Amino acid sequence: MRSPTLGLFPLDKNLKFSIDMWHQTRANRAFELRVAKLYDAGKLKVPIYLSLGQEHIPAAIAAVSKDFLIFAQHRAHSYYLSFGGNPKKLMTQIKGKQGSASIYCPEIGMYGHSGLMGDQIPIAVGAALGSGKRVLAVCGDASVEEDYVFGAMGYAVTKKLPVLFICEDNDLSILTPVAVRRSWSMVDIASSLGMYSVDITDDPWLIAYHVEQSLNQLPAFINIRTCRHRWHAGTGSDGLPEWDRFALIKKEMKCLQLMKQ
Amino acid sequence: MPTVNETIKEATRDHLNLGGLLLAQNVSAVGWIGGTVPDCNGIVELSNADVSGAGIAVGAALVGRRPIYVIRYQGFMWYDSAPLLNYAAKSKEMWGIPCPIFIRSIASEGAGPVAGGSHHGLVMRMPGIKVFAPMTPDEWSEGWNWFLEHDEPIYISEHRDSFKINYEMKDVIQPNAKVTLLSISSARLSALNILDTDLINITWLKPFKITNLMRYSLKKTGAGLVIDSDFEQSGKSIAHMLMLETGVPVHVLGLEDRTAGFSKDRDNGTPSRERIVEKIREVL
Repeated sequence: MRSPTLGLFPLDKNLKFSIDMWHQTRANRAFELRVAKLYDAGKLKVPIYLSLGQEHIPAAIAAVSKDFLIFAQHRAHSYYLSFGGNPKKLMTQIKGKQGSASIYCPEIGMYGHSGLMGDQIPIAVGAALGSGKRVLAVCGDASVEEDYVFGAMGYAVTKKLPVLFICEDNDLSILTPVAVRRSWSMVDIASSLGMYSVDITDDPWLIAYHVEQSLNQLPAFINIRTCRHRWHAGTGSDGLPEWDRFALIKKEMKCLQLMKQ
Repeated sequence: MPTVNETIKEATRDHLNLGGLLLAQNVSAVGWIGGTVPDCNGIVELSNADVSGAGIAVGAALVGRRPIYVIRYQGFMWYDSAPLLNYAAKSKEMWGIPCPIFIRSIASEGAGPVAGGSHHGLVMRMPGIKVFAPMTPDEWSEGWNWFLEHDEPIYISEHRDSFKINYEMKDVIQPNAKVTLLSISSARLSALNILDTDLINITWLKPFKITNLMRYSLKKTGAGLVIDSDFEQSGKSIAHMLMLETGVPVHVLGLEDRTAGFSKDRDNGTPSRERIVEKIREVL
């Protein structure tokens, strides 16, 4: 099921979206590489959760719309940046009380995460209930297994709340693959709850397509198969990822002759 | 004077009419939660997914709705504590984002192995949350007014035995008292009118406030006994503070260290008058 082409079909590639997404993806990647460099030099002595390999996902969502309250969890530097957070403030938080795992940014409507995996999902649903605003609720393929996630997603459907649930599915809980942990699919669960739900690869144009489709019929769930290039925490690597989306986007941007822009 | 449940109901009605929310399970199913909830707009019936329900209430608090979240049996805090204590209670300190939520958690007797008794002890150990245990109309209003004046979460350890109370309960100081009873929640009812005792009511469990009356009585009697409707660990923390402050030995009596059953002879309820008297004899 995991592949760099899952769910792909010929898409119109909007010029502005492509440039905005690519610009932000590169900015996210540059930030993460800087964090990694500081960590490896011993200048960052806190746990870090890098989004390298997944940094284009929030860039793609934000290039479609930034009109969300945002609830993410520990691998969220690129959400902070993609939705307009200040990189200097982010670095201060990473070095400080919040650390890499509990970053927040009131200026962009991004709330912090407590450290209990998946608890951002019911809280996000409550924020949508209380405010009536559109909410982006982000989790991973492991945290989506937390039982309270199902209850919250079901409640969002019952109350027709404007929540876009994103699962960044890198197939790994620390190092344990999904297939070892469960036999079921979260997309099937979301679908059975009665919401728009799709299982796709992490192509940014495909993500954008489904985000746009979702915004008209929230709540919705998008499971995005992606590749974490580094360890769960820290900067280590277990070799080449299954696919390198950054390289694939770069190639596509060249094909579109948009690199200079 | 209105009863406690009438007091809660009217404060809730005012809050909901001003745009607040009340979230709970099975609100209207049986008696509107002991007659404490009005039938009006602003009530959100949650599904029976307890943990996510508490999280939803926390989310509503984060966006400024100042929700009342009702836990019909305090034992359900074993579910609900995750978002309430690890998010709402920490939000202001971690991120400077207030998360004011009024947690009405209701204790009752005879409700079995999980739902019986008070469970405020498990809340008291966590940072960032206040714990208050009212038994009278004015005391409940004190907790409510604290919430209205602050932007933090507060855990109200209610007891169903308080709902029909329509009077205030005064501290009692007697010239010949041999022991100071410091009682919490429904234990205050069991501890009434025991001979040769001073009786001091405790409402603020966290922060616990040592009053001059407590100091005076403990120095006078030379012995204290904290009586609680929870297991004894929470009472021990209060006794510890009182002993450090006064140097007077303070003992503790709470639920027995065993699981409650449903039948009356297997219940593990708030210490009875008989248990209190027996403990006083042991202390003296």
